[in-house]
Amino acid sequence: MQPFGFTQAKTVDGAVAQSGRFVAGGTTLIDLMKLDVETPRQVVDINLLPLDRVEAAPDGGLKIGALVRNSDLANHPDVKARYTVLSEALLSGASPQLRNMATTGGNLLQRTRCYYFRDTNYACNKRQPGSGCPAIDGFNRVHAVLGGSENCVATHPSDMAVAMMALETLVHMQGTKGERQIALDDFYLAPGSTPDKENVLEPGELITYVTLPALAAGTKSYYLKLRDRAQYEFALASAAVVVQVDGGRVKRVRIAMGGVGTKPWRSKEAEAVLEGKAANEQNFRAAAEAALRDAKPLRYNGFKIELAKRAVVRALMVATQNA
Amino acid sequence: MAASVVGTAVTRVDGRVKVTGAARYAVDHPIEGVVYGVPIASTIGSGKITAIDTSVAEKMPGVLAILHHGNCGPLFRTASPFEQDSWMSESRPPFEDDTVYYYGQFVALAVANTFEQALDAASHVKISYREEKPLTRMSDVAEQPPVRSRYARGDAESAYNSAPMKIDATYITPTETHNPMEMHGTIAVWNGDKVTLYETTQGVMNHQGVMSQTLGVPIEDVHIISPFVGSGFGGKLAPWPHSLLAAMAARRVNRPVKVSVPRSLMFTTVGHRPLTEQRVRLGATEDGKLMAIVHEAKNPTSMIVDFMERCTGPTPMIYSCPNVTATEQLVKLNIGTPCPMRGPGRTPGMYALDSAMDELAVKLNLDPMEVRLRNYAEKDESSNLPFSSKHLRECYQTGAEKFGWSKRTPGVGSMRDGSEILGWGMGTATWDAYRGGSQARVRLSADGRARVSCATQDIGTGTYTVVAIIVSDKTGIPVERIDAVLGDSSLPPGPTSGGSAATATVIPAVAAASMNVIGELLKLAVITDGSPFNGADATTLAMSSGRVHKKGDAPESGVPFEQLLKLRRVAALEAEAKTGGAPDEDKYSMHSFGAHFVEVGWDPGIARLRVRRTLTVMDAGRIISEKSGRNQILGAVVMGIGMAMLEETIYDPRNAKPLNNNYADYLVATNADIPEQECIFLDYPDPVIGEYGARGIGEIGLTGVASALTMATYHATGVRVRDLPIRIEKLMANRAV
Ligand SMILES: Cc1cc2nc3c(=O)[nH]c(=O)nc-3n(C[C@H](O)[C@H](O)[C@H](O)COP(=O)(O)OP(=O)(O)OC[C@H]3O[C@@H](n4cnc5c(N)ncnc54)[C@H](O)[C@@H]3O)c2cc1C
Repeated sequence: MQPFGFTQAKTVDGAVAQSGRFVAGGTTLIDLMKLDVETPRQVVDINLLPLDRVEAAPDGGLKIGALVRNSDLANHPDVKARYTVLSEALLSGASPQLRNMATTGGNLLQRTRCYYFRDTNYACNKRQPGSGCPAIDGFNRVHAVLGGSENCVATHPSDMAVAMMALETLVHMQGTKGERQIALDDFYLAPGSTPDKENVLEPGELITYVTLPALAAGTKSYYLKLRDRAQYEFALASAAVVVQVDGGRVKRVRIAMGGVGTKPWRSKEAEAVLEGKAANEQNFRAAAEAALRDAKPLRYNGFKIELAKRAVVRALMVATQNA
Repeated sequence: MAASVVGTAVTRVDGRVKVTGAARYAVDHPIEGVVYGVPIASTIGSGKITAIDTSVAEKMPGVLAILHHGNCGPLFRTASPFEQDSWMSESRPPFEDDTVYYYGQFVALAVANTFEQALDAASHVKISYREEKPLTRMSDVAEQPPVRSRYARGDAESAYNSAPMKIDATYITPTETHNPMEMHGTIAVWNGDKVTLYETTQGVMNHQGVMSQTLGVPIEDVHIISPFVGSGFGGKLAPWPHSLLAAMAARRVNRPVKVSVPRSLMFTTVGHRPLTEQRVRLGATEDGKLMAIVHEAKNPTSMIVDFMERCTGPTPMIYSCPNVTATEQLVKLNIGTPCPMRGPGRTPGMYALDSAMDELAVKLNLDPMEVRLRNYAEKDESSNLPFSSKHLRECYQTGAEKFGWSKRTPGVGSMRDGSEILGWGMGTATWDAYRGGSQARVRLSADGRARVSCATQDIGTGTYTVVAIIVSDKTGIPVERIDAVLGDSSLPPGPTSGGSAATATVIPAVAAASMNVIGELLKLAVITDGSPFNGADATTLAMSSGRVHKKGDAPESGVPFEQLLKLRRVAALEAEAKTGGAPDEDKYSMHSFGAHFVEVGWDPGIARLRVRRTLTVMDAGRIISEKSGRNQILGAVVMGIGMAMLEETIYDPRNAKPLNNNYADYLVATNADIPEQECIFLDYPDPVIGEYGARGIGEIGLTGVASALTMATYHATGVRVRDLPIRIEKLMANRAV
């Protein structure tokens, strides 16, 4: 860990004006600072900012402050009742202690658990662009089968973001140049030749809140996370589904996957296969096949392709059973 | 007379201080003027240190010293590395020379006034290496390693070849890292030529002996204090290099030094259970009677220490078989030094042997328990001695009955609960019983309390409670009025907490010291003015319920012991005792046994396997402390679930760095992984091991769990996992799933 300066911001404008690294729950940032993976010179504590509320949005959706804790969001009555998939995803992540600290903004920005990224004795294109990727020829069981490049195959580890992807969440940001918003799917970037650039956030730009759109009446959702142990482990494969069934047919569906992609992975291909079709296992399987069509296995993670398909199928089964 | 507390559900005497946070673990001790040592570890797997540049670090604020092989001064080796009282886990002292034998080896220590300063300085020390290609896997070594240990009776090869039924399979258990909750750590405090070490150790006496030898100071000048140990699992049996570093650095900077091993280095510098590769061949008759067992085990060890896991320990005695060969080989690799981990040898050994027994049962279409009963060993066939006490058959039968084993249908995937497929498995548990020598001291005080002390330690297993129970049993003083004092090398010497032998070893000494102090008390009763027994014959008196009374009379007729001490105007009476091994130990084979029954649930649609329930029946002699005893068995079964399904230290084959060197990526069972568990003790006292008939129970619970779980997994899924842990991809590899 390197010495660093520390300040506290009391207003959003004040936070943005300081050129420093924001710390919210600190469960990613401090962890990585201890490993010397993150070495900010200046850390700005944003925990005093008034961004800790969950409010109804004018369109019937939900506006969630960037500092709302993962536990509070998971247990919020509106989230539990209407955005079940989000509550389930949050509760499947980390541990109760971590969720009590972790925030909405921090969760979206958590870094990969790639072993090589987390150890500065290894080369890593994400940490040191151009230095190489030891994961591609290394032990890559937990790495991505979707979205990888020859420079990086690290998975984005968030569960919450997978649910938010299926919920078509908007991210709201504020920087020195003002406010802007962007769809979560466009917020994250593919690694390509710049795996160090994980999202569109500019340096010093703050996530202020995210908004979830209203869901049509009768919409069901479900999050299924598959992993070695029952709790406290990142997903090997997970699926978030948001689905509306009408007269036995899938009227509208959103499908996203975790643990398999370099970013929380929405599959419009799978959605297209399923929409308008009968809600049955055979069609779910066809959608799952479409979702993983472009998957590329590495030496140790090939099983994730089939596992993710099964996660998608089962999540759709469970969600539509309740429909 | 009041009923004895032995075997009852006494609440842990150290429970309150532990749950309230008052218990002080090694690095918790507040020491005036303490400074901090932060270790720097090698980042190559093999090679030489060519330069250590400390120029920047040395000038940083608060820095007191940057120590390394070039400037640290001598640390000595112990004279007899594997002997009691001088067993050092890694025989090479740290910083001995410029050689790097493994990734994560200590190469320097930054010492500074605060932890933060030391950490910052450590990251500014530049170490240059000449790297060599490390040997990281057994397959990297081309030549066959020599056989280090060999057992044979009969002619197993020929018997195997002629057997009508054969099983030939190779089983692999991965490297496991102990990962006790409390990390290793030491605070070293010099006072002139004397050193005190606040430690977390399973053996204060051995630690004292080792430190005396490695620091080159007389043994009476070394004091080890380790009142609470946040578990050890074998990893804290003997000192590791950080302890020497703390002592050496404290001597150098003339200040108390604290060195705490970070979790990441817990994967390299403080031991692990080595990977094992075991080929098992079973030859049997058509009705399942064993004709031959050939068990060939191999494990990697470090370049520094030859540590043999001894997987074949149980092979010659656990089942009846006329022809047995068992061999062990070692392969030296560039990895940290392995050491015993809970149930060493027998745990991976029984996984392999019992898995093969189950494969035999499947082949013969026999119930797995039936195969074990057909090969039941009535005596120890390896030594030809009778067992001191063996009730394994009853373990199987009681377990089967409680579990409902007769309802098991053998077909793969044939049992269901709703949409979930069930798998049932069972296995044999075994651990050899041992009792060594110990001393103890018991004190009766005029304030009405008793105190029992011994230089053994409680590593979380309940030793404090056990020694208090024994004193209570002898004196009738309630456990709440007995202070147990352990974990201090200045007390009467006691055993290392290892090999599941501490209880059997300590309680004879505590019982004898109790009887000795009672004898002193009775003598005092007959010579004290005002004592109702003044002038009586001491041999006509007894002590029970905390009172001295006439033999045969009710304790209420007598006087409380503290009253006699007050009449005599003494603060306390004290007596010691020294006891040795079990008198007839060479005439019997002393072993504990048990049986596990497990149920897994399998959801093939999402390849999810979870343990649903476990039941264990133990024949482990008499249970002294029911609650902490049960806790040992249930905890061991949890560890077995971890071993079967989760645990694996993953090394990067390029440099032997443990990749999952943290609590998030090294998986152990969480609460959510632990199913409904049950444990039944048969509670037959062992007539040979000692007065109380208690054998150890710390390790046996882990043996036999993994094979029971792979058996259940096969029953549910049709996949036989021969290389642990059972992982999703292994279960999915079967096309039928
Ligand atoms: C052991 C462990 C297990 C875990 N398991 C899981 C799991 O199973 N599933 C899962 O999804 N997650 C898991 N996590 C990750 C956890 O969810 C994240 O660490 C957490 O959500 C991060 O939130 P935080 O508020 O603590 O972020 P911080 O650490 O405070 O910040 C993270 C990053 O975001 C930046 N940042 C924070 N807030 C803002 C903002 N408003 N605007 C701009 N930048 C911001 C920070 O500068 C930093 O770069 C685990 C973490 C640990 C340590």
